[in-house]
Amino acid sequence: MTQTLPLLRMTGIEKRFGLATALAGASLEVMPGEVMGLIGQNGAGKSTLIKVLNGFNSHDAGEIAFAGAPWAATSPQTAQRNGISTIFQEINLIPQASVVENIFLGRETRNALGFLSWKAMEKGARTLIAEFGLEIDVKAPLSRYSTAIQQMVAIVRAVSFEARLVIMDESTSSLDQAEVAVLFATIRRLKARGVAVVFVSHKLDELYEICDRITVMRDGRTVAVSPVSDMNKLTLVATMLGRDLSEVRAQGATAFSAGSAPLGPEILSVNRLAVGPRVSDASLSVRKGEIVGLAGLLGSGRTETVRVIFGADTRDDGDIRFHDKPVSFSEPAQAIASGMGFCSEDRKHEGIIPGMTIRDNLTLALLPKLARLGVVDKARQREIVDRFIADLGIKCTGPEQPIGELSGGNQQKVLLARWLCMNPDLVIFDEPTRGIDVGAKAEIQKLIRRLADDGVSVLMISSEIEEILEGADRTFVLREGKTVGSFDRAEATEPVLLDAMAHGADA
Amino acid sequence: MSSHVDRAGAASKPEGSPGLRSGRRALGDIQARYGALIALAVLLVFNVAVTPHFLSIQTLTVNLTQICTIVIVGIGMTFVIGTGGIDLSVGSLMAIAGAFAPIFFTGTLLPGAPVWVDVACGVVFPMLLVGVLGLFNGWLVSSFRIQPIIATLILFIAGRGIAQVWTNGNTQVFDVPEFQALALGRVAGIPFQVWIMLALVAIAAWVLHKTAFGRQVLAVGGNEPAARLSGIPVRRVKCIVYAISGLCSGLAGLIVIAMNAASDAGQVGRGMELDAIAAVAVGGTLLSGGRATVIGTLIGATTIQLVRYTLLANGVPDAAALIAKAAIIVLAVWLQRQRRA
Repeated sequence: MTQTLPLLRMTGIEKRFGLATALAGASLEVMPGEVMGLIGQNGAGKSTLIKVLNGFNSHDAGEIAFAGAPWAATSPQTAQRNGISTIFQEINLIPQASVVENIFLGRETRNALGFLSWKAMEKGARTLIAEFGLEIDVKAPLSRYSTAIQQMVAIVRAVSFEARLVIMDESTSSLDQAEVAVLFATIRRLKARGVAVVFVSHKLDELYEICDRITVMRDGRTVAVSPVSDMNKLTLVATMLGRDLSEVRAQGATAFSAGSAPLGPEILSVNRLAVGPRVSDASLSVRKGEIVGLAGLLGSGRTETVRVIFGADTRDDGDIRFHDKPVSFSEPAQAIASGMGFCSEDRKHEGIIPGMTIRDNLTLALLPKLARLGVVDKARQREIVDRFIADLGIKCTGPEQPIGELSGGNQQKVLLARWLCMNPDLVIFDEPTRGIDVGAKAEIQKLIRRLADDGVSVLMISSEIEEILEGADRTFVLREGKTVGSFDRAEATEPVLLDAMAHGADA
Repeated sequence: MSSHVDRAGAASKPEGSPGLRSGRRALGDIQARYGALIALAVLLVFNVAVTPHFLSIQTLTVNLTQICTIVIVGIGMTFVIGTGGIDLSVGSLMAIAGAFAPIFFTGTLLPGAPVWVDVACGVVFPMLLVGVLGLFNGWLVSSFRIQPIIATLILFIAGRGIAQVWTNGNTQVFDVPEFQALALGRVAGIPFQVWIMLALVAIAAWVLHKTAFGRQVLAVGGNEPAARLSGIPVRRVKCIVYAISGLCSGLAGLIVIAMNAASDAGQVGRGMELDAIAAVAVGGTLLSGGRATVIGTLIGATTIQLVRYTLLANGVPDAAALIAKAAIIVLAVWLQRQRRA
């Protein structure tokens, strides 16, 4: 780096929420046109630091300078007007409104009479969008496009605000690989325009692909800043966890290991399943005590397939056999009654009931069995909840704590317990470790393996190739709604799986 | 947005000390949960000090009688709102029950039957009828995914029409003291309808907190897709809450006509939907669903009534009391927002 001044310099930032310290001496420095990765476990303070920067939260101590002047945003809107735009995890645009309306929302172009000048805005939007290599109809409602495109529109909006710094908070968590590539191309375009980017992600590969430097946070502090080239992944993980390097090396990239128990007979078999436009010919099978991985790119029909197996959606064609009997569940309740459980990929919208306690969330599926003549047996409920909190190491103040207050990893453990307490024969996991910090991720992975060792069958969707490689006893690969391959543990290597996902290898 | 803050706040204190943030939240909690109760206490103290003859059985009876039907309807409404729905048809259902019951009192339907049979039929069948109509609301909401405000608007409009057509728009007058005891009878000096109300509040609170069904109601309101994926029979739960709301409305309709010894289909239960919703909201039930309190609904209705009584007893005209009522509702909504912030 030459002697250029940093675009952003945050030093000694402290923030307390009551007695809880969220930030204790965090710092962040970004040069113009630089892509800065920001990584840390959940609760390390990344989100808080960003919210302090974009004015969502105030800070108690520390200094922020942006473009050489002291920075004091009072809201994300004022931050945006002054050059710092944030692209949130959940896109904060209006899905029903058109692309143009979304881009120009809040500062519409007006003609001489004070009416909205749609022509001018559409032209402006087209120019901007073309600059980013997108080909979309700017008059169409935003909801017509994929999450990736919607994010791109959010970025275009940020650029149109003359943003000098764009913050992306977990932007890639809902994107598939092709979409990530498009997003990265966009980030490179931003960089070329001299716009700096703060890129928050849990995915190491992405950080290494796109970032110039990485800032690592732990316990509300900035613990390391380094060019990506000077810090390998293992060191990064160790720094983030605050652990010894050799300890991490011994554990491998995930906490999965091969199963110890011999595999039993086939418990689930799915043959030539067809569901809507996304799934046309999906087949798979799971044996007792086996972890079966279901791999494929986003949009390959993985989620659609398992939702049908669980009775959450209806199929168009194909057979499903469970426990050697043909089944056709029209409601999840029936699948649950016959011994299945399902952890959705969307923990927030399909998993937790945020206002309810850990106790109620954990025993939600078990309720009918806990009730005698409709009355919940409190003592038994309490006993089960206490057992699982201890058994799975759920960090909480107690069973009466609202689940919404827990970290992502602990929420996921509660959801896992929701199924474990049912003594299921088969549990389906859709992205079990998405959005969970590295420590909790390893715990979840160990729990899944332990489950299989206890004789429970597991069907697991994962976008993380290591998770499939190290976790699954057998892997089925879906591509564009068709099963294109099935691989035993020995056959499944990264190139083989990637090739099947991308090109559709022969099984 | 708030879940982000929560996550950061909770996770940075993994050893689980509640922290001041949750301390502040707890304060908001107390405001929201006990706000109506505190307001009630303030009102009581004020009245004891200022309003003449406030501490009398007479005052108590007048006020309790005023809120009886609101609370009974409010109980059903609490369940419906707990699932994230709303029931606008309650007032019309009251009118239908009120229009149906007098048929059994004319003696033409069951000639020669003893009076207790007439009274029993006059209570059971109208309630069953509106219970079924409530089920119809639930069916519309759960099977066709019609928004509850629209689905129940159908019976809100048609229901009163049905009741009026049925009675040719006439006020039906009857004289059956055994039936009127429902409203006018007294046990230990307190009107029988008040005892009914208190019993229902107790039962409903118990159902909401102690039974699997109660938890399922709140789970459906808290996160419907998650509830379905956890095997909760979402459709059945919704049908049942609207049926409960129908049954409660039916009972309230009967109490109204018993009190008047007459049934005017155009008037019974008019405006009840808004009174009930107001009581539920002031009581601290979350209007978006997922958190509900039946005791709160009782306190909410009492508070609203007591404000009105306080103003009337101190010479403020009833029209002005309406403004005060609105102010309480605004305050209640504000408190709810405090809690979520």
